[in-house]
Amino acid sequence: MDWRQLWEICSAPDNVPIVALIPLLAFYIYLAWRQAHANDQLIGQLEADPALAKTHHRKTWPFKPGWQKEVHVWPFLLRIEFLGAIIVTIILMIWSITLNAPLEEPANPNLTMNPAKAPWYFLGLQEMLVYFDPWIAGVVMPTMIIIGLMVIPYIDTNPLGSGYYTWKQRRFSISTFLFGFVILWVAMIIIGTFIRGPGWQWFWPGQTWDHNRLIYEVNRDLPDEVPRWLGGPITSNWAKGVFGAIVVGGYYLIGGGAVYSLFRRRMAKDFQRMSLLQFSLMAFLWLTMVALPLKMSLRLLWHIKYVWITPWFNI
Amino acid sequence: MADENNANGKNGNKTGLLDKVTTGVKDDIQALKTDIPAKAKEQIEGLKDPTKTQVYTSIFRHKHDDTPRNRALGVLSNVFLHLHPAKINRDAVRYSYTWGMGGITFYLFIILTYTGVLLMFYYHPSKVQAFRDVLYLEHDVPFGKILRNMHRWAAHLMVIAVWLHMFRVFLTGSYKKPREFNWNIGVLLLVFTLLLSFTGYLLPDDQLGFWAVTVGTNMARATPLLGHEGPFGSQLGMTPYNDVRFGLLGGSIVDANALLRSYIWHCIGIPIVASVLMIVHFWRVRKDGGISGPAPVMLTEEADKPRRGPKAAGE
Repeated sequence: MDWRQLWEICSAPDNVPIVALIPLLAFYIYLAWRQAHANDQLIGQLEADPALAKTHHRKTWPFKPGWQKEVHVWPFLLRIEFLGAIIVTIILMIWSITLNAPLEEPANPNLTMNPAKAPWYFLGLQEMLVYFDPWIAGVVMPTMIIIGLMVIPYIDTNPLGSGYYTWKQRRFSISTFLFGFVILWVAMIIIGTFIRGPGWQWFWPGQTWDHNRLIYEVNRDLPDEVPRWLGGPITSNWAKGVFGAIVVGGYYLIGGGAVYSLFRRRMAKDFQRMSLLQFSLMAFLWLTMVALPLKMSLRLLWHIKYVWITPWFNI
Repeated sequence: MADENNANGKNGNKTGLLDKVTTGVKDDIQALKTDIPAKAKEQIEGLKDPTKTQVYTSIFRHKHDDTPRNRALGVLSNVFLHLHPAKINRDAVRYSYTWGMGGITFYLFIILTYTGVLLMFYYHPSKVQAFRDVLYLEHDVPFGKILRNMHRWAAHLMVIAVWLHMFRVFLTGSYKKPREFNWNIGVLLLVFTLLLSFTGYLLPDDQLGFWAVTVGTNMARATPLLGHEGPFGSQLGMTPYNDVRFGLLGGSIVDANALLRSYIWHCIGIPIVASVLMIVHFWRVRKDGGISGPAPVMLTEEADKPRRGPKAAGE
């Protein structure tokens, strides 16, 4: 256990935000979960008792007839904003006094940093470089993330859960977002920051960064792994391209069928509300997101590098 | 009195004039002794209520008395505060619902603008001077170190605050009708926040920034169609000297032009675009009906029924 190494990583000034992000995220997930739980209980109670549902003010906070429904912004909101500004200023001041912004040696194109890391908020994408070619990890994925986020309001047709925390009424959308944000984005950043060392190799926390470590990994492509009884391994470039297209296309077809089946059975109302375009867009984006951990496990567990090989691009 | 004395003297007119002057002066002195103190006293009394002075009434367009009307006017007639409504839902001020992250993000943007402008006084975006300027700032400029620290940490905090803001907005379903468009503006603001931080990373011109930006922009080489190493790039005539990476860096390597470009994007280009988007974002928050909640919970069976109240009429 190399404590010094661990301390060096955790106390690197630019890593401190990530160290701060973990407890912050945990706290806010807890805060959201607590309110979602309370709301869900209230919803259950009101659904069981229609008479109460007609008269109840439908919030978990107390409200009595005669209380004012609205409050003045001055001072009830402005004092919170003012207080917030003061607290942020104090935190920022203390942080700036105690911790210096990093400044390395002058830029030198002839002296490569190892590991050369992107800013911490892009480390998730850099981690993806291990599993995907740069055009996917660096260009297609960020574009898909942005487009995927932007279409969310147009493909989520569930009218429930607007303006309050809930879990029961939005299981699919919330678990999808949590998966994308916490597991695929934040966890990858944490891996990229704390785990990845020289040569972008995997070093467990507390393991010494060995700059001379070599790992002999034989990564193979899926067409080479096709077993003999299925006619493999595939050797011609032409056949490799067709094989990959079938595998990738098949993933989306079978996956799309599975999502369809799931929605039709478990989320019939949501499915009814969605147009065909909304549904297929949602299924495509969802399957693309799920493809990330699938490709990662292909690589980590079976040492498979590419699934689809063509003369122009590899996936 | 003056007339009686004049009647007996040869030089009645002259003495009369002198007399007139002396009595006049005496009169003035008398007035100074009595009227001016009285007037001054009256005016000082008036100053005890500064809200009645002309200066005050010219600045603030309403009275300061603690009445509901004045509380509302205090918000509505102030250019900075009138982003708020005069009154809000009593539960909307609950921190557990809003987390305050949108406001904190905006406040951090203000801090970053302020510290950023101060930093610009000491910084030249050229290969010769950039790194030296940062050294000078850290060691010689009074409060230069804390200035740079605050700018850096506020930027990191802003990234975290934006993420948490988006997380909250998602969990409360606040992107749902009628706020779909504002969610999209928010996604763009998220992208611009990351780009602002990323373009600032190169400016100290040290190893950290240089290699982070090298790693980051190397991905642009692999852009499909537009990068010389991306799929179909070379078929479309892309080389290291005309592809999208060349456009970003102003050259084929991260050098003086890249430094200048990232400086201009960082200090002028992106802040202007982001400010415009922020204006739209805040304006839409109001136009879409203020913050989304905490709203009364909806029951599952109500999902496809028109909502009660004025909104039902519109749909």
